[in-house]
Amino acid sequence: MNWKLALTGVAALCLFVGAGTLLSPASVAQDAKTLKPAASFQSIANERERSVALFQEAGKVIQHPRCVNCHPATDRPLQGASMHPHQPPVFRGDGGMGLPGMQCTTCHSAENTPVVGQADTIKSIPGNPAWHLAPIEMAWAGKSLAQICQQIKDPARNGGKTMDQIVEHMAHDELVGWGWKPGAGREPVPGTQAEFGELITAWVKSGAACPAS
Amino acid sequence: MTIQNIKTTRRDFIAGSGLVIGVAIAPKFVSAAPAGVHAGGDAALAPINAFVKIGTDDTVTVLSKHIEFGQGPFTGLATLVAEELDADWSQMRAVHSPTDNKIYANLMFGLQGTGGSSSIANSYEQMRKAGAAARAMLVVAAANEWKVPTSQITIEKGRIRHAASGKESGFGAFAEKAARLTPPAEPKLKDPKDFVLIGTELPKLDTLGKTNGTAIFTLDITPDNLLIAVVAHPEHFGATVKSFNDAEARKVEGVVDVKQVPSGVAVYADNTFAALKGRDALSIEWDLSKAETRSSEELASDYRKLFGEKGLEATNNGNIDNAFKAPGLQTVEAEIVFPFLAHAPMEPLDAVFIKAADGSVDIYNGAQFPAMDQAVAAKVLGLDEAKVRVNTQLAGGSFGRKAQFGSPYMQEAAAVYAATDRTRPLKHMWTREDDIRGGYYRPMYAHRMRGAIDAQGQITAWEQVIVGQSIMGKADLDPTSVEGASNLPYTIPNLKVSAHNVQLSIPPLWWRSVGHTHTGFAVETFVDELFQKIGKDPVEGRLALLGKKPRHAGVLKKAAEMANWGSPVPEGRARGVAVVESFGTFVGQIVEISVGPEGAPRVHKVWCAVDCGVAVNPNVIKAQMEGGIGYGLGAVLFDAVTLGKGGKIMQSNFHDYRSIRINEMPDVAVEIIKSGENPSGVGEPGVPPVGPAVANAWRRLTGAPVRQLPIVNIVSA
Amino acid sequence: MVTFTLNGQERTFDGDPDTPLLWVIRDFEKLTGTKYGCGVAQCGACTVHLDGMPRRSCVTPVAMIEGSEVVTIEGISGTEADAVKTAWTGLDVPQCGYCQSGQIMSAVALLQMVPKPTDADIDGAMAGNICRCATYHRIRAAIHNAASSMEG
Repeated sequence: MNWKLALTGVAALCLFVGAGTLLSPASVAQDAKTLKPAASFQSIANERERSVALFQEAGKVIQHPRCVNCHPATDRPLQGASMHPHQPPVFRGDGGMGLPGMQCTTCHSAENTPVVGQADTIKSIPGNPAWHLAPIEMAWAGKSLAQICQQIKDPARNGGKTMDQIVEHMAHDELVGWGWKPGAGREPVPGTQAEFGELITAWVKSGAACPAS
Repeated sequence: MTIQNIKTTRRDFIAGSGLVIGVAIAPKFVSAAPAGVHAGGDAALAPINAFVKIGTDDTVTVLSKHIEFGQGPFTGLATLVAEELDADWSQMRAVHSPTDNKIYANLMFGLQGTGGSSSIANSYEQMRKAGAAARAMLVVAAANEWKVPTSQITIEKGRIRHAASGKESGFGAFAEKAARLTPPAEPKLKDPKDFVLIGTELPKLDTLGKTNGTAIFTLDITPDNLLIAVVAHPEHFGATVKSFNDAEARKVEGVVDVKQVPSGVAVYADNTFAALKGRDALSIEWDLSKAETRSSEELASDYRKLFGEKGLEATNNGNIDNAFKAPGLQTVEAEIVFPFLAHAPMEPLDAVFIKAADGSVDIYNGAQFPAMDQAVAAKVLGLDEAKVRVNTQLAGGSFGRKAQFGSPYMQEAAAVYAATDRTRPLKHMWTREDDIRGGYYRPMYAHRMRGAIDAQGQITAWEQVIVGQSIMGKADLDPTSVEGASNLPYTIPNLKVSAHNVQLSIPPLWWRSVGHTHTGFAVETFVDELFQKIGKDPVEGRLALLGKKPRHAGVLKKAAEMANWGSPVPEGRARGVAVVESFGTFVGQIVEISVGPEGAPRVHKVWCAVDCGVAVNPNVIKAQMEGGIGYGLGAVLFDAVTLGKGGKIMQSNFHDYRSIRINEMPDVAVEIIKSGENPSGVGEPGVPPVGPAVANAWRRLTGAPVRQLPIVNIVSA
Repeated sequence: MVTFTLNGQERTFDGDPDTPLLWVIRDFEKLTGTKYGCGVAQCGACTVHLDGMPRRSCVTPVAMIEGSEVVTIEGISGTEADAVKTAWTGLDVPQCGYCQSGQIMSAVALLQMVPKPTDADIDGAMAGNICRCATYHRIRAAIHNAASSMEG
């Protein structure tokens, strides 16, 4: 890992950061740490129902705090499993990378940085070369999975992406991938990015249907 | 593990890769190890008396018996000396005095110590006399040298003159000779009307070093071959080490040793990171058999049970029982619970120990009770007190934390040093977690208030019960538990205030403004509720009951005038008021708030009027009001140390023990009441009014009284 | 071994690569103006400039700074730094003073990026620097004063 490159040259692209969001707790209660394989949804004969089910499964990732915390509804990111406002107070700024004098890179770096010998509730400072907030039009905090689903399909609110680009982003984007390796002291999102990518691929192929509510 | 200077060839190589090397700016580099500042200052300075040294370069160094941790004694005490010495402000310097309970006693305590907002109050005459005596000695020395009568010598702005002969000199030329003279028994002090420095805006003496990084705090003392030690502490109060395994800790590069000490397990290392990493690698089993296992919630419930029992009587005026039985009364009741508060000074507790060739030990620390630290360290180290020198250092805040009877912090630090062979200097330091979890908190308190209003809208009775730990460790009534309530400033015919002492294994301590941190809040919010109930304006209502308290009334009127009280308040905002006397200083504050983005109060503006008698340094007084407001506001909005289920301490660092930040700081306007009274302190009195003023504004804005602190918890719950 | 420049001088460090830059600066370089306050990037007392940008040295493993330029309070210079230090002394901003190196490093960085900051800009840049003495009122005023002085 080239720390210096990451620190000084973080891409200012408006990436579609981590997917994520709220998901109805009931649907994840069974196993919050794993994702059902996309293939297992083939048993649902009705394509629309299958598509919705696939998205609901992907929602375990999308609505996870690891993803939603950087898709806040305001200019301030959220933090932690309890999704409280980020401390210290930081704000969006240009490209979602913070304000002058207090950018993401003031504290975050290209990798998760272990914190040694300090608070037992802060085991590491999360990091990624592309660490930044999702644009405000991609805000997910406080929204239902159905709302997020519609939002993800709407080029005006997904960074102008085609559905193929959405699949690519979800399946391969490195910052999205951070959710599965979030650093010590932080719960990863369920499953693997590959499994998540397959769910999203299958969802798109099955018509990208959204939950009704 | 070393850092090396790189040879020129290497430098050229790197320069070629595009980095700016800048040989020209290299000399800014400081490579000498920062040493602690010896108490008493430069030995080359001529000691005129115990408080004043004069250098051949004309500098005047004041030996401050009070620790400088931001509240301004260096500047304040130097102002007093300079005034009577007729020195020029530019020649003044200040250092910490040596440790000596007799010479450097706080005249209010009888031992050397800083606290209770007493630095200026107890030093006012003493330091002026020190300056006046030094002046008289310089005059004699100059008169002897110039062979003229002392009556013909004048001093102004640091220049000694004999007008008739045209002779003139600075102080330095006569410093040695003056030092050898017998000091005058009763040096004559100026009439206050002749003051030229006291009461004027003077730049602080300690600002420059705190602006360019050169000020040395205890943590900055870095002698060669220094050992760093940290101690692993339990997460429960009263827990002790049952067993520990240090195998992994000892594998950490740089860890030198691991030892059990009375407070936990100490890790010794060649550098700070190794010490922290080593401590993290310890595996410790704690004995919880004597630990506090109740949660804060359970404690509050236990506290409330005491409300109905007979307590320790603090005040009982009139007849409270009859007063509440009178017909046609409205009564108002309230229970308020206050959490434990950590002081959280920016510099966590620390101390440096260096053994001298003769076996004596120099200790460098932010000593608020230096002689107590000295006595404790001597005992733990098995040395005569004379063999232990406590050199007080600039401290990164304290807010009460560094003033502890029995010096428990020093007991730990000295025990950690005593467990070594003392061949290497040692720095013992606490991390932020040690600090937040270290106890010695502002104790938890619960108040029950009852008020009676008669048919004419007069407040006829006030009963207040206060439950909590005795900071002073008393079995009977602790005045610090009830101060501000037992001497309620408002004229109410029937007044009863009582207290219950609670025993806990969580060590209590004073916290900036001591009892007033909770009594000020309880009294000022409750009286405000009573006024609201009877439809009285909170300023007018208070003034009507402050007939016997002109200085309270004075600051309240001034604050109201500053805020243009009664003028329209912007939509979505409300104002609140409070007035509190603490440590002989009177402070009235009016705040203007709205509902902030987190749902908690956003305080936009604070108008503050202060009456502290003669204003020695208006600049310092204003700074202390501004800072006290921020400190008090942060606590009521955000702060609590809570014990979770089983008694575990829940907070550990600034992410969960929030400090007020710049985006939460209101604009503050301060005015100082002109007064000829003897000066009283300003370090603490700015704190108490802001909390109740905000709570009063909040109740008027939202209809919700604040019964539990911090406010952020009740609005986000 | 890590090589970097510190206040214009080249330095190397061959100890534990996880060592936070804060402790390299303080324990090994013996530059003590940069302070420890929390160790978890909550308080800003350890703020330095890393390749010209403000950075919390307590969460910066030294391995990360290979080839970088580090500037501390002892080495900060230039128009903005001079203006900030002058404004700080002019208003007697510090109380205990422990956090002020970090405050100044953040303030200088702000002015380098935003020469005429608004109150909101100041909140944005400075909210990561805790001052337990709550000198915030004067910090804000001093930053405005520094900005004004740079105009002239």
